[in-house]
Amino acid sequence: MNTVTKMLMLSSAIALANGAWAQEGEPIKIGVLHSLSGTMAISETTLKDTVLMMVEQQNAKGGLLGRPIEAVVVDPASDWPLFAEKARELLTVSDVDAIFGCWTSVSRKSVLPVIEELNGLLFYPVQYEGEESSKNVIYTGAAPNQQAIPAVDYMAQELGVEKWALLGTDYVYPRTTNNILERYLTDNELADGKIFVNYTPFGHSDWSKVVSDVVALGADGKKVGVVSTINGDANVGFYKELAAAGVSADDIPVMAFSVGEEELSGLDTANLVGHMAAWNYFETADTPENAAFIEEWHKFTGDDSRVTNDPMEATMIGFNAWVAAVEKAGTTDVDPVLDAIVGVEVPNLTGGTATVLPNHHLTKPVLIGEIREDGQFDIVSQTDPVPGDAWTDFLPESAVLDADWPGKSCGMWNTESNSCVQVQSNY
Amino acid sequence: MQRKPFILQNPSTLIVLAGLAVFTVAVTALSQAYGTGALPTSMVKVLGKTLCLALAAVAMDLVWGYLGILSLGQMAFFALGGYMIGQWLMYARTEAIVAASMANNAIPPTPLELQEGVANQIFGVVGSADLPLVWSFAHSLPLQMLLVLAVPGLLALVFGWLAFRSRVNGVYLSILTQAMTLALALWLFQNDSGFRGNNGLSGLQNIPGLDTVSQARLSVWFLWASAVALGLGYLLAAWVVSGKFGSVIRAIRDDETRVRFLGYPVEGFKLVVFTLAAMITAIAGALYYPQAGIINPAELAPIASIYLAVWVAIGGRGRLYGAVIGAVVVSLLSSWFTGGRAPDLSLPFYTIKWVDWWLVALGLSFVLVTLFAPRGIAGLFDWLGRAVSPRRQGRDLGPDHGALQEQEAKA
Amino acid sequence: MTHAARPLIVLLLTVLTLLSALPAAANPALRAVIADNLDQIERPSRTTVGPLIDQIAATGPEGTALLAAWADRSLGLTDDRRLLIVDGDVMTDAATGAPVSGADPDMLRPNSGVRGLIESALVASQISDPDAAMRAQALDSIARAGTADHLKALRNAPPDPDPALQARRDRLQTLLTIQHDPDPASRIAAIQALSGDVGLDFRAALNPLLVTRRIAATDQPGDANIARELTPGGDLLSRDAAYDLLKAQDLAQPRLTPAAQRDSLAAHIADGKVGGVPVATLGDPAARDRAYDALEAAGTVTPAATESEAQAAIDAHRYFEVYAEPDSDVTDAARAAQRNAQLRLSAMKGIDLGLDALSLASIYFLAAIGLAITFGVMRVINMAHGEFIMMGAYTGYVTQTLIADRTLSLIVALPLAFAVTFAAGVVLYRLVIRHLAHRPLETLLATFGVSIALQQIAKNVFGTQARPLTSPAWLEGAITVNDVISISTIRVAIFVLALLFLGLFLFIMKRTRLGLEVRAVTQNPGMAASMGINPDRIAMMTFGLGSGIAGIAGVAIGLFAKVTSELGQDYIVQSFMTVVVGGVGNIWGTLAGAGLIGVLSKVIESFNPSNTLAAQTFMILFIVIFIQFRPRGIIPQRGRAAEA
Repeated sequence: MNTVTKMLMLSSAIALANGAWAQEGEPIKIGVLHSLSGTMAISETTLKDTVLMMVEQQNAKGGLLGRPIEAVVVDPASDWPLFAEKARELLTVSDVDAIFGCWTSVSRKSVLPVIEELNGLLFYPVQYEGEESSKNVIYTGAAPNQQAIPAVDYMAQELGVEKWALLGTDYVYPRTTNNILERYLTDNELADGKIFVNYTPFGHSDWSKVVSDVVALGADGKKVGVVSTINGDANVGFYKELAAAGVSADDIPVMAFSVGEEELSGLDTANLVGHMAAWNYFETADTPENAAFIEEWHKFTGDDSRVTNDPMEATMIGFNAWVAAVEKAGTTDVDPVLDAIVGVEVPNLTGGTATVLPNHHLTKPVLIGEIREDGQFDIVSQTDPVPGDAWTDFLPESAVLDADWPGKSCGMWNTESNSCVQVQSNY
Repeated sequence: MQRKPFILQNPSTLIVLAGLAVFTVAVTALSQAYGTGALPTSMVKVLGKTLCLALAAVAMDLVWGYLGILSLGQMAFFALGGYMIGQWLMYARTEAIVAASMANNAIPPTPLELQEGVANQIFGVVGSADLPLVWSFAHSLPLQMLLVLAVPGLLALVFGWLAFRSRVNGVYLSILTQAMTLALALWLFQNDSGFRGNNGLSGLQNIPGLDTVSQARLSVWFLWASAVALGLGYLLAAWVVSGKFGSVIRAIRDDETRVRFLGYPVEGFKLVVFTLAAMITAIAGALYYPQAGIINPAELAPIASIYLAVWVAIGGRGRLYGAVIGAVVVSLLSSWFTGGRAPDLSLPFYTIKWVDWWLVALGLSFVLVTLFAPRGIAGLFDWLGRAVSPRRQGRDLGPDHGALQEQEAKA
Repeated sequence: MTHAARPLIVLLLTVLTLLSALPAAANPALRAVIADNLDQIERPSRTTVGPLIDQIAATGPEGTALLAAWADRSLGLTDDRRLLIVDGDVMTDAATGAPVSGADPDMLRPNSGVRGLIESALVASQISDPDAAMRAQALDSIARAGTADHLKALRNAPPDPDPALQARRDRLQTLLTIQHDPDPASRIAAIQALSGDVGLDFRAALNPLLVTRRIAATDQPGDANIARELTPGGDLLSRDAAYDLLKAQDLAQPRLTPAAQRDSLAAHIADGKVGGVPVATLGDPAARDRAYDALEAAGTVTPAATESEAQAAIDAHRYFEVYAEPDSDVTDAARAAQRNAQLRLSAMKGIDLGLDALSLASIYFLAAIGLAITFGVMRVINMAHGEFIMMGAYTGYVTQTLIADRTLSLIVALPLAFAVTFAAGVVLYRLVIRHLAHRPLETLLATFGVSIALQQIAKNVFGTQARPLTSPAWLEGAITVNDVISISTIRVAIFVLALLFLGLFLFIMKRTRLGLEVRAVTQNPGMAASMGINPDRIAMMTFGLGSGIAGIAGVAIGLFAKVTSELGQDYIVQSFMTVVVGGVGNIWGTLAGAGLIGVLSKVIESFNPSNTLAAQTFMILFIVIFIQFRPRGIIPQRGRAAEA
């Protein structure tokens, strides 16, 4: 808690001490729309701190267009309708030029109509289920083809998994991801027999039945693999039950899409060694950029034990891409910035660059990590940057869709009828 | 004996309605669309939503303050109302989009293709492409508006009939209503139930057919609608609790067994009020969610219903205006404190940040109100009222504290 | 980072000891293999690395040592492209065996698929190793992915001196015989040897033999091993599925789908008309049919299969399920073995489900027992009960951060959690509940206020992230009867704890002065007071006791699930249900309630394993309806107290 207190004081200090940087002109305002209270606070507070750190660094470099940047922080309190309300406030009352925010898909869906109505600009930093491309959103997290598909490819090829269990928390990200995966696995004949799919509620704790169901899948004599989109706290009970049942990563490997450095800190990882996660970034990435980022982070938070994670990298990339686009456009107005941002290349932390694509997604490398005893990940596989695909190729309804903002001014272009299905997003 | 006109019997009703009218005019005059623009649209939306919450609180007061049923499931009806209207909002908006898009096709779409297109748009994002059965009426506004009343009303009727028939009451009933809400929330959480699971229904602020009207205007329109609904709902509730009907339901609150022995069909009275309150709550919900823009199962978490009870308790139960005051004051205070705009309170040894400590303060103040001011804020008005008029003190007529008093019986 | 000491398995130590005893001789074959394949060693892929592993293994003991180090992630690559085996601070060159110092190698991290292959290749040399752990590891590796080579290795290996390992080896050999032996007779013998066994490994060997596929044919295929014939329109094969099968085998034309119809119409638009029908009217399905018929008549589109043609095609064929395994004797034996196991298997699944249900029931019981005491004795609903459970769990967490030894910290945490929540309960009673006597609804709300305050305080103090509360080693793992029946030790411990508290509660109520007084106050507070019992003190003690048990339940729940500020909320509704379903004021009622809810949840869950949420919904719905018909619970309270 102390750190958070410090952070808030620091942020107000930044806001007050803007004169100290002595740049010319009115400050450029950006909004930070992350929950600081409620269930999502623990994940989202980190991202708020990341944005504040980026702002501080940018101001130390002399600001943007010769003006200082000022972050307006609001708290939507993990309450989805409140996200829309606060976004409207940021855009109309505080007049921000860009918003960095949201974590859950439902919060993004809540904000979307407001952002599109008021022509705002949102940078969304978390891996998500895809099937969306808004004119006013830049998706800096992974689309399914940048996380889920390469991860199951890895499991099929490198681990020889033939029998699949897709376990998820019952909400849109696991639902859509599992749908895509089921289709992908069946179409590519990577799955032997029926795929076991299970959905559990948020915070589920009684995992004995699910784990024994998964173990029983081995009765067909094929290698069983688990793809987990289990969210948040529920992972603790799941991994504990898995360890208690004596399921080692060599017998039944578990690939998680929502478990990162932050989540593992709530667990004793000794029994989880060898299970995997797929992300676009791990703290263990061995590059000078990453080392510098981690050092900055520790310095900024004043806490050497704070871990870094994938959404933080995505936030950082989003911020840098916005800065580059504003400099290229010479203004902070949304439309010129959106025109300028497509094609912008910024370095990521794993030794490559991220390019903003016409569909407002990024190119990202896919990394697979195996859990170590210290709660970090051994990177066992890293691909070249993969371009993010807004509409998945593995569902027939989506395969015909395409998003191309600068070219066709449309995020949902039907390539069969050559027409724009809708300019606004699917809420 | 000649009865006094209804309004004269209840002067507080007149004051509340007048206050509501003044408030509505003032907000309109300050709005961006119709006035000076001092109030931003986001604030107008907050105020409009608060009016809806106040209406829900009035209904809560009806069942709790007057009928004595602490229903911890009111938000289920509120959310159901929102879901019903949300279905039409989503369907109609999507239908317009799909129809426009399909108009580009070489061959005009069949009705079935159109429906499939709509279903794919609405449910594609949650991994399905068929229109569930529960969406059968979603194309028609009148039918869905009927469902806004019918679905929560029917749920309340069936649930109430089962519960009252088997004489479940007191804390048992409270727990049971909570269980009902939880079951409904869990059911809505499932994708398979056809209400888009955790994502819920979104984009509800875009009203189909009113694409050209700005949100600034729409928000004021909804404020007006909410104010009218609150006014009418308040009148209805005030009418229900006045007169003989009102006396009977208060008698049920104070001692159900005696009323039953006097020959009144207690279950019938309870059922009528419970169902009526559910329908009023549903209307409030149907007006609330187009302003909020999104509805999802988290809205009917058990805790939300308890908050409703908290507002009524702090406002003062057994007083309709108490419910309104409680809902308005507490919900606005809550959003101010959690909005991060309240200044931190610096103590010599610790800085209290309201974002973190507001809930603690709310919880404790709630305990204090229950302990020391069971009549809530409305008790203040009683006290003022007694200060000017002759004190007509009376014994408690019922067996418990807070039961009907002599002066109340004379009113 | 690279110098960090890596734990080495016994294997490597042994090999290194062997190596150091030998003169550090270069192995030219190994060196050549390394030089040729360095890239692949650096970035191996399971799909391609197999031949390389065989090559390395063939170079002798140095190759085996390299493989062992590689699998153990103790193989490093220097900047000048030398492979080093790293053991703590000691480094040796993998190709030459010469000690190296001062190098800073990047450690290679083969993924677990590659490691599995390497370990599988090492089996042949490990199976007759003098070290028992080594041999056990080899058997593990075979159990994971046995091959025909392994079968050979097992048959050629000398008998194992350890009888347990030998037994395991025999079983593995039988299983591998079923899978890989070329001789049908010995396969059948192996199957019959294990017939009726419910082991997962045996089923895993058996099921692949019984895999079938469906084919359609005009006549019975002579050479195929047919499992059975299917009739279209029966339970197993619907007529539509039969037609799909025909289409898949190109034995029938696809039916005309609406989408195909639309596309072919769109392709033949001429002058705003298709087949004489104006395009604008084609929104009507009947108009589309007319237009398509016109096109068919004109011969511009290929006629699609009509319904009657489709039905005729379905009836013209026979449908078979065919085993992939060609030998019918083997499949017969496998089927018989499977049938033998079927009944036992279902029984065991039932028992396993029962164990799960029992475990869940004991958790609910433990969470609800405190609530039952306060509710039963005082008619007071304590909404903050869940937060007392949470306080207990956090007490456990804090104790564990202070005392490193997990057993000791658990021993300290249990009474400490009791003390903390007992005190909290007494304070809550003195400050709030006492003043709200006889106003149950207001007590409910006031304690709810306490609940949200406590929850938020926990968030402010500990943060919203789940905190680790780890059980001591002796509570880890599971008690496994066989591959079907198993239950984790911690759940058994919770069950025992629940029994313990049942006993303790009965003892206090039936055998102590306090229990006597509590029962007196429950039955008639007025009379009890006139007999010299202080009802207020009794109520306070009961409330403290109930809260204290909640604290202990918190530690138990934290051990098996998670510690968060919302932990209490997850259990509070279930606890209420347990109490209400069971019947108030009676410990046996609570037990029955917990049992009913536990069994019910698990049974519903097993009906629909893919959706745990649905199971919970139906469970609550069931309870809501149950209460309507038994409003006083399973074991209702009788006598005067019931009137309150």
